[in-house]
Amino acid sequence: MSNIPWQKAEIPGPKRSIPLQRPETLASLIDKSKRPILIVGHRASEIDMADMKLIDYAINLANARSIPVVATAHSIKEFFNRGYRNATSMPVMDIANRLSDSEWNGLDNSGAYDLAIFIGIPYYMAWLIFSGLKHMSSRLQTVSLDGQYQPNASWSTPNISPLELQKFLDILLERIGENQ
Amino acid sequence: MKDVKLTVGGLLEKAGEEPLGPTPFPSSIELREWDMTLLQRYKPFYMPFCDLCCLCTFGKCDLSDGKKGACGLNMNAQQSRIVLLACCIGAATHAAHARHLVEEIITKFGRKSPIDVGGTNIDIEAPVTRVVTGLKPKTLGDLEAILDYAETQITHMLSSTHTGQEGNNLDFESKVLHAGMIDQVGMEVADMAQISAYGFPKADPEAALVETGLGSIDTSKPAIMVVGHNVPPAIGIMDYLSQNGLTEKVEVCGLCCTAHDITRYNPKAKVVGPISWQLRFIRSGVPDVIVVDEQCIRADSLDEAKKIKAPLIASSPKNCLGLKNRTKDATDDIVSDLISGKTAGVLILDPDKVGEVAVRTALSVAPKRKKFKTIPDVQEIISNAKKCTKCSECRRVCPNDLLIPNAINHAANGNLAKLAELYDECIGCCRCEGACPNDFPIHSYIVKTAEKKMKEEKYKMRAGRGAIQDIEIRRVGGPIVLGEIPGIVAHVGCANYPKGGIEVAEMIEEFVKRRFIIVTSGCAAMSAAMYKNEDGKTLYETYSGEFDAGCILNVGSCVSNPHIAGAAIKIASIFAKRKLGANYEEIADYVLNRVGAVGISWGAMSQKAASIASGFWRLGVPVIVGPHGSKYRRMLLGRKDRDEDWYVYDARTGERNYIGPAPEHLFYAAETKEEAMVMTAKLCMRPNDTTKGRAVKLNHYIDLNKRFYGNLPDDIHLYVRRFSDIPITMKDEIIRILDEKDWKERTIPDPTLLDRLIRKRET
Repeated sequence: MSNIPWQKAEIPGPKRSIPLQRPETLASLIDKSKRPILIVGHRASEIDMADMKLIDYAINLANARSIPVVATAHSIKEFFNRGYRNATSMPVMDIANRLSDSEWNGLDNSGAYDLAIFIGIPYYMAWLIFSGLKHMSSRLQTVSLDGQYQPNASWSTPNISPLELQKFLDILLERIGENQ
Repeated sequence: MKDVKLTVGGLLEKAGEEPLGPTPFPSSIELREWDMTLLQRYKPFYMPFCDLCCLCTFGKCDLSDGKKGACGLNMNAQQSRIVLLACCIGAATHAAHARHLVEEIITKFGRKSPIDVGGTNIDIEAPVTRVVTGLKPKTLGDLEAILDYAETQITHMLSSTHTGQEGNNLDFESKVLHAGMIDQVGMEVADMAQISAYGFPKADPEAALVETGLGSIDTSKPAIMVVGHNVPPAIGIMDYLSQNGLTEKVEVCGLCCTAHDITRYNPKAKVVGPISWQLRFIRSGVPDVIVVDEQCIRADSLDEAKKIKAPLIASSPKNCLGLKNRTKDATDDIVSDLISGKTAGVLILDPDKVGEVAVRTALSVAPKRKKFKTIPDVQEIISNAKKCTKCSECRRVCPNDLLIPNAINHAANGNLAKLAELYDECIGCCRCEGACPNDFPIHSYIVKTAEKKMKEEKYKMRAGRGAIQDIEIRRVGGPIVLGEIPGIVAHVGCANYPKGGIEVAEMIEEFVKRRFIIVTSGCAAMSAAMYKNEDGKTLYETYSGEFDAGCILNVGSCVSNPHIAGAAIKIASIFAKRKLGANYEEIADYVLNRVGAVGISWGAMSQKAASIASGFWRLGVPVIVGPHGSKYRRMLLGRKDRDEDWYVYDARTGERNYIGPAPEHLFYAAETKEEAMVMTAKLCMRPNDTTKGRAVKLNHYIDLNKRFYGNLPDDIHLYVRRFSDIPITMKDEIIRILDEKDWKERTIPDPTLLDRLIRKRET
């Protein structure tokens, strides 16, 4: 499980994300978070995970702990197609910009988020967004959950195959709530 | 700057036809307040490309976690500094190109040769130059003074990036906007000069339809490939062919902006495609001679030319490629050396000599080369694919994360279809080949397996028409400003597309059918041509080239972009009678608040694209880039959730009015084409829209949102100002939303951000 940036030239500098070697670590992070948020990009509905798509896992993750969801680009339609009506539609640049603002009170006006999990954003775009949040939003923890190592996130899955990612997510979903 | 003002003072007096506005030949300081007004609403969102600064020997300095560098600079300022560097590179490139062109053209046509970009159809022939400087250029010689000014400004901006100069990110950003504005001036000068001197189409909506695509090239003839942005060497080739009765015997085919400009000069030349087609075209073996000029040319073009045994001629001092300067040598000697292979390439800085050498060499080399190519055969691809170690290095260096290993795996089993599928999305960077531990020529595999598709690439693109006529502005100015024509959408820029150029054509088709005015330029204009509808026609064949609703017009090459900015400026000047000369701030305020124009650079790649975009931002025109555009590392984003950011003055009363987030962003990267289309419709809304106009614009925004997102937008209440804004067919569902949001009708002001434009203040 490699933690060299998936796109190999995308080396950021001295501050790098911690590789999520075990799903239990992420389950614990999510359990301990007071205000998590899940941001889902359009690629989540393109990536196959056995008989499901990555977006289906995102929905299961959101449901597991009632995590608010931001659907970026046209992915909101895929949520609707799956009967999930609670997602908020917002461009990824807009949600990133708001997350970088320590005074932003969140989608529900109830306070800042402390954990932002990103799935399904194009790698290079997510790389830059994680960088923006790393530098401009020190109190926010960020997680990349695409199976492609993102060095600018606070935490990232290493480079793993879709099958390994599927296993990772299956265990994650089982373990969420154990630490609460 | 005082010296510059003195130098041009005579010209200003000579022009003497219009009263000057407050900022003739402005330095960055004169328009700084306007910049800060924009930046207060559209705040920078930085996404650093690197944690470090490595620009001086204090460094490297780690700027993460709020740390400052040894010079005291913080991360925000460092990012804006890099953006400024990029924009200075872009602006310098266009200004240097303009200088080169103007010098060349003055040598041939004389300093007193008149500027003429549209005959009697155009009175405001230099809208950008005039609004910025106040100068009305009449002759080629007048352009030199304008370039003096542009070059001085670019030098000042560049100097600000030195260690220990500017320290504030917003001041860096203000200089970015200044560099962008100056870039527009430089580009306008370049295009005015070449249109005037070379007889390019002069604001002609019916400019010729030119053959485009690899399949349009007659491979039985010797072929000369021209690539870059500076057209005189390509003109030298066309002239030599014509003077020697050889026009029908040699194919001249261009890539990137040289292709645009050579087809503006002579529509018998052909367009291969955008910049990303360079390698695939060279490796196809079709070109017998390759002529490179300047900008966006692959640095390894000489190596690639050698592989297909095609001599290369470099023709610009900016791009010498290590070749010997043969400009003063006898033509016979140069041709002989190239034909015999004694030298693989030469540098010739005389465009006419380039013409003769290229043609004579091509005629002699072609029968020997027999279109020698470096594309492997199918058996070699299959055989090598079987040796693939499945390391995935090719995919991991691919900018678009293309599934190359999967395609190679299929090829090992004899199925080449997956490799062929990559052709449309491949941007031709060739990084896959450099990464492959087996040195497989993967890009060539893709080209070979898509050979049939490549040969079928036969399209028609309308040649660049240049400026917009004054009469066209008079016709559409009212409907645009009132909002009844829903918007002007300009597709410009490079070919670093996330999913191929077809997305550009798809976006254009969607909006032209909705009767937006579509303007194109550069590589995007070519991509727009490379798509046919069910009748087998391209967009340019299907839609008129006028500046009107439901039309598509190609203005031309990169340096033609100021015609787009110029159209917005002319709407303010011709339609609204705003003072033009040296009146930048007022005109930009007008455009921001009234002209529903949006730029889209779906494949923006270069520093020039950065400076072009920044010129539009300062003028009040929002720009959307594709996902790769996020690598410009800084967005300028509005916040619709902050009501306080969206107040303007009512110029009639001085009252402050909430106008809603229109336009919401100034610079913004979209993740997908669907998102870009929804945002395009939204960014066309302007505070000045009439209720009828706003209803039309809302109709498009809501309809696209429903189609691509499956629901109504959640911000409709911010854009409906009066009940009469509501599209009639959507009344019930929108009123329901307005009720939920506790919406109330509000005033539609005569909007301005400039205090000085208030006509009567409330007491």
